[in-house]
Amino acid sequence: MGIETAFGDNILTTSLDKVVNWSRKNALWPMPFGLACCAIEMMSTVAARYDLARFGAEVFRFSPRQSDLMIVAGTVTYKMAAVTRKIYDQMPEPKWVIAMGSCASSGGIFDTYATVQGVGEIIPVDIYLPGCPPRPEALIHAVMEIQKKIDKESVLDD
Amino acid sequence: MADVSAIGKKLKKKFPNAVTKVKTFRGELTISIDKDYIERVAKFLCGDKASNFDYLSDLCGVDKSRLGSSNTFEVVYHLYSLKKNHRVRLKVEIPASNPIIDTVTNVWKTADWHEREAYDMFGIIFEGHPNLKRILTPEGFEGYPLRKDYPLKGRQPDSLREVYRKGKE
Repeated sequence: MGIETAFGDNILTTSLDKVVNWSRKNALWPMPFGLACCAIEMMSTVAARYDLARFGAEVFRFSPRQSDLMIVAGTVTYKMAAVTRKIYDQMPEPKWVIAMGSCASSGGIFDTYATVQGVGEIIPVDIYLPGCPPRPEALIHAVMEIQKKIDKESVLDD
Repeated sequence: MADVSAIGKKLKKKFPNAVTKVKTFRGELTISIDKDYIERVAKFLCGDKASNFDYLSDLCGVDKSRLGSSNTFEVVYHLYSLKKNHRVRLKVEIPASNPIIDTVTNVWKTADWHEREAYDMFGIIFEGHPNLKRILTPEGFEGYPLRKDYPLKGRQPDSLREVYRKGKE
């Protein structure tokens, strides 16, 4: 069928976007930005019971330079805001952000002077994940939504 | 716990003008001090053999400006003696309109961060402090959040967030 018959059995043609997106979405390296109790659920998500490795996102890197998915898990205070921004800036492109839990999404119950009312005020967020804290299944769902989002991207947009 | 009532008497004898009130409640001694004497009193209580308060366990601010008509702030010092195992509480009232007091960092090094916190939250100025800047809130923060006149859901100006939003450029 088409050009593949000319190449023989060992060669498969596809679009570049498909290959790049496939590799990106199935090898997300998260940057765990654990700031509060949500981080405990995040750890649980990676551990044996929920096993985020099934979705290719188990390699949590504590260096922003080696990661492409930032999971902001917890309350972002103004004191922490500068650090959050710095770490986000240190991550190489392309990169995605999950705001995990009520606090990271909107400030949550902390309607106070010290708390940033959602990490979206500081960095661009791809997925807002509700819950206080969200269950590991919910975080897995968020990662899958990120995967869907990556699938729609094109290398021409980069 | 040793009986601390003698310390109040001794302090009153040594600094008759400094001690404005001595109160004991459930075995806890509280001494009110005039603000001009705090450093001298602190040095004495730390160095004196009988009292030997070598440890400042806490230093904090209180906003009493809406309590009665006093319009004052208060700085509270909790002292402890590791050798004698006894405690005393010092209270110093300062005017809310001009909240300035001498530092005790020369007596207890641990006062450094405590005084920075009191400055951060109440805007109390500790004269002679080696590095009096905000400790819990970031630089560029506006207002003193634990003052009674600070709004309950106080917000920071957009300019503070703008700094982070821009990031590297």
